Amino acid sequence: MFIRPEDPHAVVDRLFREEQGRAVATLIRVLGDFDLAEEAVQEAFITALETWPVRGVPDNPGAWITTTARNRAIDRLRRRRVLAEKAELLGRQALIEEELAAIDPDAALDGAETMSPIVDDRLRLIFTCCHPALAMDARVALTLRTLGGLSTPAIARAFLVPEATLAQRLVRAKRKIRDAGIPYRVPDSHALPERLDGVLRVLYLVFNEGYGASTGDRLIRRELSAEAIRLVRVLGSLMPDEPEVMGLLALMLLHDARRETRTGPAGELVLLEDQDREHWDRERIAEGQALLERAMRMRRVGPYQLQAAIAALHDEAPSAAETDWGQIAALYRILGEMAPSPVVELNRAVAVAMADGPASGLDLVERIAASGQLDDYPYLHSTRADLLRRLGRRAEAAAAYRRALELTANGPERTFLEGRVGELGRATA
Amino acid sequence: MRYLLLIYTRETDVEPSADEAAASHAAYGAFTREIRERGLLQAGEALTPTSTATTVRVQGGEIVATDGPFAETKEALGGFYLIEARDLDEAIETAAKIPAASVGSIEIRPIWELPAEFAMAAGETGHEVGAAG
Repeated sequence: MFIRPEDPHAVVDRLFREEQGRAVATLIRVLGDFDLAEEAVQEAFITALETWPVRGVPDNPGAWITTTARNRAIDRLRRRRVLAEKAELLGRQALIEEELAAIDPDAALDGAETMSPIVDDRLRLIFTCCHPALAMDARVALTLRTLGGLSTPAIARAFLVPEATLAQRLVRAKRKIRDAGIPYRVPDSHALPERLDGVLRVLYLVFNEGYGASTGDRLIRRELSAEAIRLVRVLGSLMPDEPEVMGLLALMLLHDARRETRTGPAGELVLLEDQDREHWDRERIAEGQALLERAMRMRRVGPYQLQAAIAALHDEAPSAAETDWGQIAALYRILGEMAPSPVVELNRAVAVAMADGPASGLDLVERIAASGQLDDYPYLHSTRADLLRRLGRRAEAAAAYRRALELTANGPERTFLEGRVGELGRATA
Repeated sequence: MRYLLLIYTRETDVEPSADEAAASHAAYGAFTREIRERGLLQAGEALTPTSTATTVRVQGGEIVATDGPFAETKEALGGFYLIEARDLDEAIETAAKIPAASVGSIEIRPIWELPAEFAMAAGETGHEVGAAG
């Protein structure tokens, strides 16, 4: 068989993203030990970096990684066995070694692609990492670390927490998994819908952290979004009959298609209506639309499909003015009925303002503001400010922009809001 | 794994009506029967209200006993079950079936299984309770 010569370093890089989660997941199942599994897989990749440039890339690099990691784990266990004294421990270790030796890396690789009934170990790992008995920030960190293979410093930078804090968070989460008996398996069918919902929430949060503008470093944010998309893709391949998984993937792609146009050359914020639609990623939009259509055909509508449908309407419109705002407002109404939330209501108000004029939108916004629920939410104030500005109520608009500024830490968004306050100030002066 | 399910509910001064008490006993009876039949039950008891509680501390070598629980909290410990479950998911599923779960809350605490040499006495008691349950 002829194999196109490819730079071994590039192969290892690509493979790390694609395969490390799978190898770690399989080893965790057998070892029952997150740390040992991660270390063994890391060693396997280091060995790959050392040997592949000399001996060439193996035919099936993914299987090679799993096999090598398995052998490294066996080595480590043997070394431990020398130190172990208790017969009970020795027996357990011998059993684990037998199981390790029985791992068939090729079968593990075939699992996902052929949709065989064998549960992919990654699916177990996703449900364990996103278990509701873990704190949300621990679920996020653990998912990115074990499934995504992101380094602890990278995750710490992405979430603006000290590295030591994040490392501690991971240690605590792994300890709780072990000591509280959090299982390593896909939940039973009666618990599955709720638990799957929890998994999707974690992945969406990771995507938004990378897409939204609440944290610093641009490169790391891009990596977070890419990782979230990759993980939902994996989940979708493992659970092909779940329309909400497909819906979430569609939603992410349809948003991510606009990523490059959301900020200007100086990193400043560009609003949807001002974005250069020529530069939206048409390939991503097409893929998102196709996924959404497939999901909708399953006739089990959920919040992610509805949000994806809204994103698709934006992506299809040639301009903000030519967007089907009436349809978007209607979708937000259904979404609000399915999962009531003041943020959804605020989005509906924006759509209503575009469809029926700023006064109708402002009515809805004032109702949300009066409820006091979103008083600390900067977008409530910036939306209110924008509608007041469009209605010519400049002094009130400037006051609302200032309130939004008080609540905004992000650089580009601050610059945008300061600009608006300045314009209004000049105009009234 | 063994888990202690701690039942927390709001205490009221109002005595439940005879009907309410009977309904509650029936509900707990059904729950206890179910987990016994499934082989999960190791022990379970109801507690009298915190108004009967005494808190003990030793301060400077002296025993200090005070009335009531240490802290004023909205919900008080009202009873417990000790169960043997496959994993946390089974413990959660079991805890959710405790009648108080829909009005109060259940705290799930995994039992710290100490090595035999540290917990000889506790281990023996545990076996007796297990056999009785």
